[in-house]
Amino acid sequence: MKKQNNPDAQTGKKSLRFMERILITGVFLWFLGLIVVPFCGILKQTFSKNWHQAFASLTSSTALHSFGITIIICIAVAIINTIFGTMLAYMLTRQTFRGQLIIESLLDLPFAVSPVVIGFMLIILFGPNGWMGRIFSFFNIKIIYALPGMIIATLFVTLPFVAKEIIPILRQFGSEQEEAAQVLGASAWQNFRKITLPTIKWGLGYGLTLTIARSIGEFGAVLVVSGNILNKTQSATLYIHDQFTDLNYIGAYSASIILIILSILVINFIQFISKQKAG
Amino acid sequence: MIVAKDGRLILRCLSLSYIGILVILPIFALISIVFKNNQAAIWAHITHPHAIYSLKITFFYALCIAIINCITGTATAWVLVRYDFPLKKTMNTLIDLPFAIPTVVTGIMLVTLYGPQSIIGHFFARNGFHIIYNQPGIMLALLFVTFPFVVRAVQPVIIEMEKEMEEAAEALGASPWTIFLKIILPTLSPAILTGTALSFSRALGEFGSIVIVAGNIPMKTQVASVYIYGEVESGNIPGALGISLVLLLLSFSIILLLNIIQKWKRKYEEAK
Repeated sequence: MKKQNNPDAQTGKKSLRFMERILITGVFLWFLGLIVVPFCGILKQTFSKNWHQAFASLTSSTALHSFGITIIICIAVAIINTIFGTMLAYMLTRQTFRGQLIIESLLDLPFAVSPVVIGFMLIILFGPNGWMGRIFSFFNIKIIYALPGMIIATLFVTLPFVAKEIIPILRQFGSEQEEAAQVLGASAWQNFRKITLPTIKWGLGYGLTLTIARSIGEFGAVLVVSGNILNKTQSATLYIHDQFTDLNYIGAYSASIILIILSILVINFIQFISKQKAG
Repeated sequence: MIVAKDGRLILRCLSLSYIGILVILPIFALISIVFKNNQAAIWAHITHPHAIYSLKITFFYALCIAIINCITGTATAWVLVRYDFPLKKTMNTLIDLPFAIPTVVTGIMLVTLYGPQSIIGHFFARNGFHIIYNQPGIMLALLFVTFPFVVRAVQPVIIEMEKEMEEAAEALGASPWTIFLKIILPTLSPAILTGTALSFSRALGEFGSIVIVAGNIPMKTQVASVYIYGEVESGNIPGALGISLVLLLLSFSIILLLNIIQKWKRKYEEAK
């Protein structure tokens, strides 16, 4: 190699190495300061507190009820959005129709809109004077300031996760195999179960994990539509917020730790699934 | 064949009505209420100094965050893909942490670390610099919450990128700066743009962490989403309408723009 004898290139390489070091260190420190340090801060705070008190506040009826509400919302949202998310993804990749770009953009909208605005829109629509609210109040079903409203808000917020994960997979996979199966006489359901589902399996798992994580953590939209009624429409994040603003730090920290443990499980699971997805 | 066609139609109707009820109808409800109300009153609410100020700082900080994330996110993705260093795997896993942690918990974490009772917060406060319940708090919360967007958008593109081009350019005597500007940046720019736009729109709408870290002080730390929340809570629907519509329109245009870029990119790739 002629180039390596060139002293100019040698020093150039050395200074490049030096720049690389600086870049790596910089990124590492930025990440450490921004993400890891706050994380360790709350861990230290919680573990320096009185264990007995932390446990007592976690097992109080208000705390348990709030976690119960979160679990109910989470399960309902996971089921509904998995079904409709898959359907939406399938429709957007296998059918062409007018306004497809608009529908695809609308599918992204929940990511971009402020959760408070989402909650506000739902109050307007499902509130006692809203279009849908009037229909439901005719059947004596209360949506806003009740559990159904909280589920709808979380559905809105988590709508894109499953669909957005599956769409690129379906697009890449193409429809040849499905068409072949159809020609050979497979029913639509057989076709979906035997060909489509195995393809999108890991994407679906990934989207579902994100959906669950977000429905546990959603705060703004749920706060606006729920009215935050103690022991009634208070989810875990609302409980933490209440405890914190009431200066009951032990309650806030101990419940936060439960959610943090869940988040760590979630991100590890995400890593596992993305490895499966990659091959 | 008729059965298959019916199936497709049912699928389309079901999916469209789901997205229709969940997403489109609430938007129309919001717009219709704007038209039903006295528009002059709504306009007066939008131009109220508190509302204007909240929009201003929301934009300002969202823009700052977008620019910072654009640089740090790309650098992080680059370092994660191209270099080896200790704890790299752990770091790669922890990148997603801000997505997984509830925003309320993020807020509490930041208050615990930088609040007046903590060592760091105490140190800064002694020098007359308050982080929590002040604008630097907004910045910290937004940086935490939007951190993964650019990293996760750019990372797969760097993985796919072929090193040969860079090596060829290097062999032909291009400086690292030229290589970065002429080869790396053009390849990465759509992904960087996507990630930056996503973090910008997220920063515009962020609520949970900001309401805890920065509080709700008009003309100081009240960002747009906190302002809307205050108006909704006090039952002032017209006051919340205008700002909500502004945020909604903005998010929708960002998303539409991103989708057009994606579609254009897909066409370009198919043509290739």
